[in-house]
Amino acid sequence: MPSSELWAVDLFGRVFTLSTAGQQWELCRDAQLEFKRVSAAAPCCWGIACDNQVYVRVGASDVPIRCREEAYENQRWNPVGGFCEALLPSDRWPWSDVSGLQHRPLDGVALPSPHWEWESDWYVDENFGGEPTEKGGWTYAIDFPHTYTRDKKWNSCVRRRRWTRYRRYKSRDTWAKIPSEDDPQQLPDPFSDLSLGGWEITDEPVGHLSVWAVSLQGKVWYREDVSHSNPEGSSWSLVDTPGEAVQISCGPHDLLWVSLWEGQALVREGINRNNPKGSSWSVVEPPTSENGILHVSAGVGVVWAVTKDRKVWFRRGVNSHNPCGTSWIEMVGEMMMVNVGLNDQVWGIGWTDRALYFRHGVTQSELSGKTWKAIVAGRECDGSRAGSLSSLLSAGCFFGDEVRGGGESCVPSDSEAERPGPDPERDVEVAGPASAPAELPWTNIDLKEPKKGPSHAAADFPEATNLSSLALLPLGLEEPDSADCHALWAWVSGGGCAVEAHTTLKWFTAHSGLPASMQMLSLPITPAQTAAWRKQIFQQLTERTQRELENFRHYEQAVEQSVWVKTGALQWWCDWKPHKWVDVRVALEQFTGHDGVRDSILFIYYMVHEEKKYIHVFLNEVTALVPVLNEAKHSFAVYTPERTRQRWPVRLAAATEQDMSDWLALLNLCCCESRRVHGRPSPQAIWSVTCKGDIFVSEPSPDLEAPERWLPCDQMFWRQMGGHLRVVEANSRGVVWGIGYDHTAWVYTGGYGGGCFQGLASSTSNIYTQSDVKCVYIYENQRWNPVTGYTSRGLPTDRYMWSDATGLQECTKASTKPPSLQWAWVSDWFVDFSVPGGTDQEGWQYASDFPALYHGHKTMKDFVRRRCWTRKCKLVTSGPWLEVAPIALGDVSIIPEIPGAHGSGPGIALWAVSDKGDVLCRLGVCELNPAGSSWLHVGTDQPFASVSIGGCYQVWAVARDGSAFYRGSVSPSKPAGLGHRRQSPGEPKPEPGNCVSPHGCAAPGAHGAGLGLWHRGGLGSPVRPGQCHQGPQELVPGDGRQAERGAGPPQWALEGGRCPAGDPQSCLLLRPLPLTWSRCDAGFEGPRLMQAFLSRAVLVLNVLKRGSQEWYLQAQIRDWGGNLA
Amino acid sequence: MTDDKDVLRDVWFGRIPTCFTLYQDEITEREAEPYYLLLPRVSYLTLVTDKVKKHFQKVMRQEDISEIWFEYEGTPLKWHYPIGLLFDLLASSSALPWNITVHFKSFPEKDLLHCPSKDVIEAHFMSCVKEADALKHKSQVINEMQKKDHKQLWMGLQNDRFDQFWAINRKLMEYPAEENGFRYIPFRIYQTTTERPFIQKLFRPVATDGQLHTLGDLLKEVCPSAVAPEDGEKKNQVMIHGIEPMLETPLQWLSEHLSYPDNFLHISIIPQPTD
Repeated sequence: MPSSELWAVDLFGRVFTLSTAGQQWELCRDAQLEFKRVSAAAPCCWGIACDNQVYVRVGASDVPIRCREEAYENQRWNPVGGFCEALLPSDRWPWSDVSGLQHRPLDGVALPSPHWEWESDWYVDENFGGEPTEKGGWTYAIDFPHTYTRDKKWNSCVRRRRWTRYRRYKSRDTWAKIPSEDDPQQLPDPFSDLSLGGWEITDEPVGHLSVWAVSLQGKVWYREDVSHSNPEGSSWSLVDTPGEAVQISCGPHDLLWVSLWEGQALVREGINRNNPKGSSWSVVEPPTSENGILHVSAGVGVVWAVTKDRKVWFRRGVNSHNPCGTSWIEMVGEMMMVNVGLNDQVWGIGWTDRALYFRHGVTQSELSGKTWKAIVAGRECDGSRAGSLSSLLSAGCFFGDEVRGGGESCVPSDSEAERPGPDPERDVEVAGPASAPAELPWTNIDLKEPKKGPSHAAADFPEATNLSSLALLPLGLEEPDSADCHALWAWVSGGGCAVEAHTTLKWFTAHSGLPASMQMLSLPITPAQTAAWRKQIFQQLTERTQRELENFRHYEQAVEQSVWVKTGALQWWCDWKPHKWVDVRVALEQFTGHDGVRDSILFIYYMVHEEKKYIHVFLNEVTALVPVLNEAKHSFAVYTPERTRQRWPVRLAAATEQDMSDWLALLNLCCCESRRVHGRPSPQAIWSVTCKGDIFVSEPSPDLEAPERWLPCDQMFWRQMGGHLRVVEANSRGVVWGIGYDHTAWVYTGGYGGGCFQGLASSTSNIYTQSDVKCVYIYENQRWNPVTGYTSRGLPTDRYMWSDATGLQECTKASTKPPSLQWAWVSDWFVDFSVPGGTDQEGWQYASDFPALYHGHKTMKDFVRRRCWTRKCKLVTSGPWLEVAPIALGDVSIIPEIPGAHGSGPGIALWAVSDKGDVLCRLGVCELNPAGSSWLHVGTDQPFASVSIGGCYQVWAVARDGSAFYRGSVSPSKPAGLGHRRQSPGEPKPEPGNCVSPHGCAAPGAHGAGLGLWHRGGLGSPVRPGQCHQGPQELVPGDGRQAERGAGPPQWALEGGRCPAGDPQSCLLLRPLPLTWSRCDAGFEGPRLMQAFLSRAVLVLNVLKRGSQEWYLQAQIRDWGGNLA
Repeated sequence: MTDDKDVLRDVWFGRIPTCFTLYQDEITEREAEPYYLLLPRVSYLTLVTDKVKKHFQKVMRQEDISEIWFEYEGTPLKWHYPIGLLFDLLASSSALPWNITVHFKSFPEKDLLHCPSKDVIEAHFMSCVKEADALKHKSQVINEMQKKDHKQLWMGLQNDRFDQFWAINRKLMEYPAEENGFRYIPFRIYQTTTERPFIQKLFRPVATDGQLHTLGDLLKEVCPSAVAPEDGEKKNQVMIHGIEPMLETPLQWLSEHLSYPDNFLHISIIPQPTD
């Protein structure tokens, strides 16, 4: 689980964060500011400081926030000077924006705020639609505005080129003041509350964020254009309300609730993707008329509220269709405020004790949760930083003529001893260096005021709802004596805090220093197995065995090894027609030979015509055991070389998941034992993923690559690892990375087992919870008719009105199930707007008929339309994987080998492309720390799709528009190289001075490593759309990947060591074939680089889609120089 | 060896080379040859000595044979203690093989329990497992198991099948994720120097402050005499499975990895050999 953070403000205006993985509050440093409110989302946090200004704090990240500015230089040809800036009077500006309507000189483009900086100077973009222009970036046309082409023609009268420049947001991990409006008329009065939300309205990479605020005058404001790439937004706009607002809360999705002075709540209706501001208000009455609503907080499907009598209420029946909900339910507890965070988890601040509470037991099925649990995490200032802060507090008390100020209650008892008592000299002395006095008055006044007495404060309550002082006032209710060492909180925001059902939080128990550090020990990749006591036990056991056994091996064993049989009842998918599940008895017989090696046979007894028969499988012949969890059955497939050739594995199903796991784990153990495979895979192991995301590992045998007798890939033994990945990438030093379907990056921890492999089949440590999310897509199809327009009544020959991508399968919202029993829905159906080809505002794509090319707007010739609906499902499993937070990846590549570097050589080069298209280089990756330390962002002028690093640090990448790039001068000392040199797709040219030509690798044993993109002709047949997955054999482990969309037959699959179709031809791919270079001149689209590792050479298979339907396999051989000797 | 799983394997496959000789006063028809055997440390004497019994019965008359019992240097060996414990406690400082004397007469009624059949051993073994689980999980795990699982535990031990045994036993070694260990650690501490057969008390793996208890903590608490003072000379060996774990070893880890099949940590405290 990635850790995320809970934000809170204490009574002194200090902002703290608490990590879901931690157990200690961390003070938000750098802040000279005190805050009244904060509202957090995952990437950033907004706050209102005590200077009544709004601040945004964008979390630090290895990937910068970059924004491209562009301007066009326009020229017209004239017979005298050729192309020049002298344009016709009717023409556009010589420097303009893309439309030509706006004048845009390069020096007139300014940074939007002081929080941005330029990344570089202006430069000409030579890229044009994925192709280099090689002519200074000029593109030609007959006239403005027109279609521009790369080539200059006889009638090219005008030309233009694009200048680009990147600006970068620099104020990260610090509070950046939102600039005030220039126009005094527009200037909102000071804000009193603020709320972030709306990031789930649109499922787009731009990262839209809705920022709402309430001003002291009770007006509601919306911040325009806040997104990931524009964290500050552009301006405030007023949203009219029927009453005076006091407090506002925006849910992650489309809920927006506002509490009014009069005690009612306002609910915004009509918030959607196209209109994040919503359209109208409706009023919700408070639970009881005498006690109005004081505070509301909205989540995805819940709203919590606090009324003026401090009672907590839960709003029932709230959802997108009915944002007002149905009724109030009273909850236990008296709270000052509540906050709903991610996953509808709830936090609250207790009324009487000002402690922070977490609502325990909130799940999707029980949104109201079970109990309030106090968070007692310590604060770092309580411990190590107690010195300065406690002195600050006591100094404050001192200046306030009050030794026992309320602030003292924040001081933990353990610092009691070192805290200076009423010794004025020492107080001043300590407070001095901390430069505290400047800040003291604020603290001081607030401390003094409530001293007037609790009763007075309570009587003042209606005024207390004046939010600017609400956070401060009730302090008086706190008896200074009763408040022991815990902190007093004013505000909490869980909008960036992801707590899920299986998250174990350590917030609820106070821990002393030592266990905290012990728990920390279990987190690093290299476990605490180096503890002296553990070493001693290992060592002594070895010595004991030596002592007690070495000289006595000829003694007879007291217990003779016998045959052990495990039997059970399973179902078997019978070998003959009609194929069906039949009940069978299964027996696993284990023998132990005299050499101690186990061997096992699996017998399957079945009945034919009342006659008992059996088939058997020798487990030393089994090549793979693959769980098959579709069609509501817990089954698995047993493959042997023979069965792989027949494309007919033995399929067995168990009654329960537990039963299946038991059998699978036991059979796996037997297979591994008979092949003497145990412990963690070797660094040279070959890793692969199936199209279902299961992970398999094979140990390369010495004769795998013997020149004359290579091991056919159908005889390789594949052992399953726990976890779920879309991509796995390994190098020969044991560094393994993977990417999940949800783009999460994972690093291999060195364990084994996990998933259904428990007990002996799993390592004790290094197994962690892993989750993955993927989307299921279905299509809504409609046909136009002259009377009613588009309806869901098609022609009789039409496809199903609700179908998969191909239209062949009927898929309705109700009938579509998650892909297998492991997956569970985690969202509702929503329209997917990000389909290729674009959509209209409602997500429709139009075409003349089914099936055809779809486009995003309606034309006269269109008679059908479709739209894509998506639903997310989630799987939770375990395996030897740890998340590499926080950047989601689209592709990853690890250098195969460092030539000549062994042991403590330089770091292992690892490149990746983030899901947003940023190219990243991982620093600090080595065998001992496979996760590396940080990302180094490699600036590019457009988003990338794929990257691959070969031997000798040759980095190739493919951009989203299809251009291929080569990165020059990457070396251990310059891990990020010098610059992406554009290559015409399919025309790799070695960098000058690069020692190996792209073709050099064809010669085995050549010095160093070669790299090239290769297209092998005549390979079209083994992998063809729709052919690969027929029946159960689709589950053969191998680098198979299913099509991204649609539940129908997958469109393509990729072979990497094994062919999912079991096609014998595919075995050839493992041999270094005399591949020939062939030119691919069309753009690349959606490429994936995948690798199969042999012990010495690395074969990279690259599937590229070219044009619309043609498929090419491109293989790339990487030879690890020097290892052949 | 880097994985904790290997410890389980090493513990299970621990063997003690043993030389069985017939007691000199037993009446034989011809001379009885000594019998050499590798005894599994984790098993019970009467469970693994069928061969010994057969060997010596061959040279004896039927009427001279009554219940077999074993003795080492004058001490009758309790069959209901695991073999490894008996060896560590009584013979760990002597040379290998372990010399055990076999008796067929004068059963020491006050020292030993009768063992008429393997069912008795099974009953004893299962009662230990249940007692241990009562301490660890309030008996929840063992009670949730089926009869066949219980049988598999026993058959695994009887047939020396590590996989078979651990396939079930691992469930007994689990504990809820939100806790740091078992409820109480099932342990017994044996000393040759006292009359008391063993010490057994309630002891939690985790201290109230969240810190993990170590072997040293346990000994200080329940058997302070065994622990040498800070600066004092080490007088005793603390032995489990023939090894001396460091006193810093977390007790929970020990319980998971160095327990005998009956799920108890059998800890021997023996005087430090003088040489």
